[in-house]
Amino acid sequence: MKLTTTATAATAGVVALLPLLAACGGTPTDDATGAASDTVTLVTHDSFAVSDDVLAAFEKESGLTVEQVAPGDAGTLVNQLVLTKDAPLGDVVFGVDNTYASRAVDAGVFEEYQPADLAPEVAAYAPDDLAGTLTPVDVGDVCMNLDDGWFEQNGVTPPTTLEDLAKPEYADLTVVTNPATSSPGLAFLLATIGAFGTDGWEAYWADLRDNGLKVAESWEDAYYVDFSGAGEGGQRPIALSYATSPAFTVSDDGKTSATSAMLDTCFRQVEYAGVLAGAENPEGAKKLVDFLTSAEFQADVPGQMYMYPADPDVELPADWQQFAPLADEPFEVAPADVAAHRDEWIEQWTATVVG
Amino acid sequence: MDGDGRRLTRPVPRVPAGTARPAPRAARSRAERWRGDRWGAWLGWGVAVALPLGFLAVFFAWPVVSLVLQGFFTETAAGRELDLSGFAEVLSQERTWRIVGQTLAQALTGTLLSVLLGLPGAYVLYRCRFPGRTLVRGLVTVPFVLPSVVVGVAFRALFAPGGLLGWAHLEESFAGIVLALVFFNYAVVVRTVGGMWERLDPRAEQAARALGATPWRAFRTVTLPALGPAIASAAAVVFLFCATAFGVVLVLGGLRYGTIETEIWTRTTQFLDLRSAAVLSVLQLVVVAGALLVSSRARAKRERALHLTSDSVSAHRLRLRAGADGTDLVPALVTLVVVAGLLVLPMAGLVTRSLRAPDGSWGLDNYVALGTTGGRNALTVTVWEALGNSLRTAAWAALIAVVVGGLVALVVSRRPRRAGLRRAVGVLDAAFMLPLGVSAVTVGFGFLITLDEPLGLDVDLRTSGALVPIAQAVVAIPLVVRTMLPVLRAIDPRLREAAAALGAAPGRVLRTVDGPLGARSLGLAIGFAFAVSLGEFGATSFLARPDTATLPVVIYRLIGRPGAENYGMALAASVVLAVLTATVMMVAERLRGDRPGGEF
Repeated sequence: MKLTTTATAATAGVVALLPLLAACGGTPTDDATGAASDTVTLVTHDSFAVSDDVLAAFEKESGLTVEQVAPGDAGTLVNQLVLTKDAPLGDVVFGVDNTYASRAVDAGVFEEYQPADLAPEVAAYAPDDLAGTLTPVDVGDVCMNLDDGWFEQNGVTPPTTLEDLAKPEYADLTVVTNPATSSPGLAFLLATIGAFGTDGWEAYWADLRDNGLKVAESWEDAYYVDFSGAGEGGQRPIALSYATSPAFTVSDDGKTSATSAMLDTCFRQVEYAGVLAGAENPEGAKKLVDFLTSAEFQADVPGQMYMYPADPDVELPADWQQFAPLADEPFEVAPADVAAHRDEWIEQWTATVVG
Repeated sequence: MDGDGRRLTRPVPRVPAGTARPAPRAARSRAERWRGDRWGAWLGWGVAVALPLGFLAVFFAWPVVSLVLQGFFTETAAGRELDLSGFAEVLSQERTWRIVGQTLAQALTGTLLSVLLGLPGAYVLYRCRFPGRTLVRGLVTVPFVLPSVVVGVAFRALFAPGGLLGWAHLEESFAGIVLALVFFNYAVVVRTVGGMWERLDPRAEQAARALGATPWRAFRTVTLPALGPAIASAAAVVFLFCATAFGVVLVLGGLRYGTIETEIWTRTTQFLDLRSAAVLSVLQLVVVAGALLVSSRARAKRERALHLTSDSVSAHRLRLRAGADGTDLVPALVTLVVVAGLLVLPMAGLVTRSLRAPDGSWGLDNYVALGTTGGRNALTVTVWEALGNSLRTAAWAALIAVVVGGLVALVVSRRPRRAGLRRAVGVLDAAFMLPLGVSAVTVGFGFLITLDEPLGLDVDLRTSGALVPIAQAVVAIPLVVRTMLPVLRAIDPRLREAAAALGAAPGRVLRTVDGPLGARSLGLAIGFAFAVSLGEFGATSFLARPDTATLPVVIYRLIGRPGAENYGMALAASVVLAVLTATVMMVAERLRGDRPGGEF
């Protein structure tokens, strides 16, 4: 009898927990009570951020409540979208980038939509096969970074080009990340493919390998453990990072930065927003995409997401202008080519560099 | 002498032989009084089995099976078609077998070393008394919950050229990975074995010694066999953790070393190659099932009722000098070296660095910064808010895990007379270990494709945030079961029979016999579940919403940003997580109530 009571109590306990849990997790996306029209769900990656007041102003003006879902990092986002195509996680997605975008577009993840008043400079960030479906929101460059102090102390002229990195005077000085497991790693692989062409990049990587290249598995690993410019005891003065990174190593007086980006080694990443096919609130979704390209949101991008706004009229923070400019001519590979050859390139890279 | 030693391995039955096997007639006449309750008991057991099974089916089996099946079906013009060609393709690749070999080698070495080093640790921390014991017990659990990204960076900082251990060339080496695996799993062995050891009646061993056995011989012939089930239990869990190790292998293994788990992660998240991932998942399952089979065989052989006692009786003062009763010098030294060298050294690096302010001076600046959202707003919530989220989530997860896991442990602890039932109990036991052996990324992606309308309910569980504690509970349940089971199983069934014969209804037997002993492991189980949930990152990162980010999620985010302030904050937050975990484990130990004399 007692056992029955205990077990029943336990069952009742767990059953009673479920709705409570649902409640403690926040408002369910929509309670199936027709509330769908005033809630819009944004699916994004874990680097998305927006100032509270900017978002609140949008919610007030549009009458929408924005729910955010971030099921992981930028690299896994597209795969999650493809897998959940038949039952989308939300209405809008932000954070699909040009190295993965084509895969998602080909899989039919998106509904066609682009804001009507999109500036031509902004629209130009979306190549033809993405135009009309994806809306560029922000851009950033993945570049090699230098520990300027190291080169000064050791009396070595800092390298400036990709070719320099394979020269003997820079032997054992460079760390990059694995393109199979890290998205800046993939971006840099694409930079070399853009620079040396589909039949030249493997030879370049063989040279890098023979010149004492170090490959770390993740960005944090390369930057904080191996890169001497991070000031954490690393031994290598040349590391793969972002064009924005030097803005984080500015001295207290704000006059100098301990690191700089090699602007002739960059690959440009563009992050897009799009309306998800099968969205429960497509109208709200479109409004949210419009908001992401609005002047208010664009001005908020540098301070919140470490990316450069797609809108060229937005003024960048002063220290970015000084220490973290974008590359003038980044290397490019068309998204369709990336989608078609990405896996094959990574395999060839592994065969070349790891052996 | 030989014969004496062997006879002593069979512990003295607690209940006098006369009452242990009561006359059937007397029992029957009492039995009539609670015949009605028997149906209730059957119903009770039915619920105790059905509830955990239902939970496991919805929140584990269904998502995982759905995802794996997607890899075996291809969309063709004619519809979905079964396509098993992936097997031939993946199994014929040399890389696959290299990774399977590496997985097994790493896991076996890691398990062996964890057990060898953990046994002296269990003895010193649970069988001996010394000042600061509680603190050390809490300390050894800390690595268990540290986010692997932080551990990876901490270890690499030690191993890298220029690091404290740079001379040993452990970077991208087998030895380096194994050391990290032991770092994570030492606590599992120490606690699982120690929990059993401290309640083992010391008199059997004392008798062996009195009869002339050397301390080593007494240990080998009396104590070790008694600890067998607990060791097998711990080894199984450690093996599963090692075989499915992910973050730390990824960071420390570099390009040369991997596990099936890292390969599944890469195939799934980076290439969306569900076909290969499905084949690898099946391979992983084979490895895991093999390990479970071996461990259950090992346990079954050694399983027996033990004479348990209150630990305050059995623990003795740590003896560092040789005396009449021998000395604890060797185990104490081994434990000191492991705790200081393997556990404290990497953690000390973290703590030291967390105390260095962004401007290079020493101070608490990084800890003060935890009230902010990081350098240039790296976070959407402050670290303290994330800590609140973590605590709330962990409390729910621990509650679910202890209710579900407790029921499983209770059911599995019984040894039904019918062979069929006994086998069913064995299967149930193994089924609840599986979450430890299946990739978090498979579970996470599985959630995404199945839980949009769970059981036809119109609640999108994937985005509600309610799934976070549930996902964490799924991972914690095996540990709860493994913590409670050895203790519940060690209860002499004759105690229950005696109680029943004396007229106690099944519920009363449960309350008066299983209850008090089981409750002592409950505190530890809650502590483990809470700690696992606090540190869980894999599945959580798929499910956490930006406004309810947990502590490991924000640590991951902080360390993924450049800038000395963010790095310092990430380490300070890790230290907070570590201190919190140690505290939880220390409180859990207190909860067990070390009442002098105990119930016996």
